[in-house]
Amino acid sequence: MSRDRGLAKVDGVIEKEDVVIEGVDISGSWNRMLEPRVLSDYSTDTMDWITGLEGGESLRWCYQCAKCVPVCPVEHVGSYGPRKIVRKVQLGNNLLEDPDLWLCTSCAACLRVCPKAVDMTRIMPAVREQAVLEGAIPQELAAAFENLQRQGNPMGEAARKRPDWTKDAGVEVPIIGKLKRPVDVLWYVSDYTSYHPRGKDAARAMARVLTALEVDYAILGGEERSDGDSVRLAGETGLFEMLAEKNIKALGKYEFNQLVVMDPHAYNAFKNHYPALGGGGDYEVLHYTQYLARHLDRLAPLLETPVEINLTYHDPCYLGRHNGEYEAPRRLLEAIPGVTLTEMPHYKATGFCCGGGGGGMWLDGLVAEHTSERLSERRVREAVATGATTLAVCCPYEPSRFEDAVKSTDNDGNLDVADIIELIARSMRLEGEAAA
Amino acid sequence: MNIAVLIRQVPDLAEELEVADGGTELDREYLTWVVNEFDDHALEEALQLKDSTGGTVTVLGLGTDDIDEALFTALAKGADRAVKVGAVDGPVDSHGAAAAFAEALQNESFDLILTGVQAINDVDGQVGPLVAVRLGLPHVSVVTHIAPADDGTTVTVNQEYAGGVLAEFQVTLPAVLGVQAARAVPRYAPVSRVRQLMKTATLESAAVDVAAAGGLAILRMSPPEGSGHAEMIEGDADAVVERLAGILGDRGLLPG
Repeated sequence: MSRDRGLAKVDGVIEKEDVVIEGVDISGSWNRMLEPRVLSDYSTDTMDWITGLEGGESLRWCYQCAKCVPVCPVEHVGSYGPRKIVRKVQLGNNLLEDPDLWLCTSCAACLRVCPKAVDMTRIMPAVREQAVLEGAIPQELAAAFENLQRQGNPMGEAARKRPDWTKDAGVEVPIIGKLKRPVDVLWYVSDYTSYHPRGKDAARAMARVLTALEVDYAILGGEERSDGDSVRLAGETGLFEMLAEKNIKALGKYEFNQLVVMDPHAYNAFKNHYPALGGGGDYEVLHYTQYLARHLDRLAPLLETPVEINLTYHDPCYLGRHNGEYEAPRRLLEAIPGVTLTEMPHYKATGFCCGGGGGGMWLDGLVAEHTSERLSERRVREAVATGATTLAVCCPYEPSRFEDAVKSTDNDGNLDVADIIELIARSMRLEGEAAA
Repeated sequence: MNIAVLIRQVPDLAEELEVADGGTELDREYLTWVVNEFDDHALEEALQLKDSTGGTVTVLGLGTDDIDEALFTALAKGADRAVKVGAVDGPVDSHGAAAAFAEALQNESFDLILTGVQAINDVDGQVGPLVAVRLGLPHVSVVTHIAPADDGTTVTVNQEYAGGVLAEFQVTLPAVLGVQAARAVPRYAPVSRVRQLMKTATLESAAVDVAAAGGLAILRMSPPEGSGHAEMIEGDADAVVERLAGILGDRGLLPG
């Protein structure tokens, strides 16, 4: 990826040896001018290499209009931006050694405004895959990958402890392998909901709500593995395929009508990427907010207790921009008596990324070194500025990310973070000891 | 420099380990296996030496349960050859492992034989020394910073002691070294490459008999037993003081 010419084109220098204007001799090197240069002065090797990768094709379509720059969340906290990536590549940087390779969260804010459909959510994973194959990946990311290889979750917890949270659910949570019969709903619980201390609150709330709604459901339990979507976006294609194959095999053993998932990343994987690997079947994939919004007629009468809060809602990138679902979460929030929804300036299609996507969840150290603050901290400031006292979320990455950001931005006490399912459970008086 | 690395699998501590009925081994129903962390460091050190001085790296894996995957992973990291040593169902102690490795190494020629200094399920650290004895080679254990001499006949190695004291040894090759830590964090093996190698690469195998035990007899295995408990003293200040005075009095620690 070497440049075959230097930055300054020597034969394009205009410099007069003797300049005398109105009798004054102003000769000197300061009158030097450089002729304008054109893009073909640079080697196209690096651009050719990236556009030759599967997924990298669209990088060359960029015509440097810069519409992506103000919408890129990482640009708000650093000097990264999709247009700058294109420029770096034109100048011969193949990104493999550049921290910028790992800063993109694949939020797709740039793709939404790009008149040329330059798709960083495909370009970045394609180049990252090359870095993975060369072993040039950040250590913290490698640690998460190793955990996912061994145990099927990024924390490295035992695979068979995946359903351990059900012990405190307060309701019976059926595991489909033990049930030995078809169910209406197979609930894919996901990693952070299964294992993270704060994520489990949403799992318990969901189990109680499904039980109260008398839904015929079950979970995969110890057979469930990470959906792998963020692994795919972080460039570890082989690991994504391995995880997908395990999930597809597990799902293939059972009969169910709907696959209801907690995690927008899982929703994206099951809906848009598993079919190419032989996944999918006679079932519909739904995010849990879509499933509950569809059954709002049965849910609404159970939302009896007012939850008197002014809240704002964070659109997860992979539910909103990537999959176009903005309404189901809002319909649920509006159905909870007492709730006032105040939108943030960045909402729906312009929603601001929390920083966890595309591998960002496992790159906190690297991101901190190259940005002024976390995207989650930016987002928390935006939420607090609306006057809301609760930030409602519906992605398992969020509760821990935003709660950490609330503390690190000195907003402790100003903003609570709650999954929508927790708010629903609260309104149904299914929270805490009341449900046990 | 041609280097052999001896690797073994150990139980993954992410699982909660349980003792099997009979009380002398772990319950293997839910056990998953990972490469012994110290062996992984030995492999990394070997690959670093290969990167800096050339030569080859051959990995010999004791033929337990999932060793194939561990060997393909070693190839994906940059090892040149992978040899499966025997086939055995279940755990093997350091004596059994050393005997099998030594037999497999009998007809091979290496400048350096590296292995992890110990394993979590076998903390006697005897695999290196026993292999060295069986092959009649010099041995140093708990080493870091392996540095080959220019003429290729010796290496210097470090041993770390408490209080920041460091010893440097010069060892004549061929030799066996028990590696404490590699100079870099063991590298990541991309799954794409491991899976590709599973389809295209071949593992060699050394047909040796592996004896599960050779020197140690396990009499009893049990989780650590608590020998005492902390008492949390509850109540207001007066109640706490009274309880504390009572405890100290019972032990004869208060003046009469």
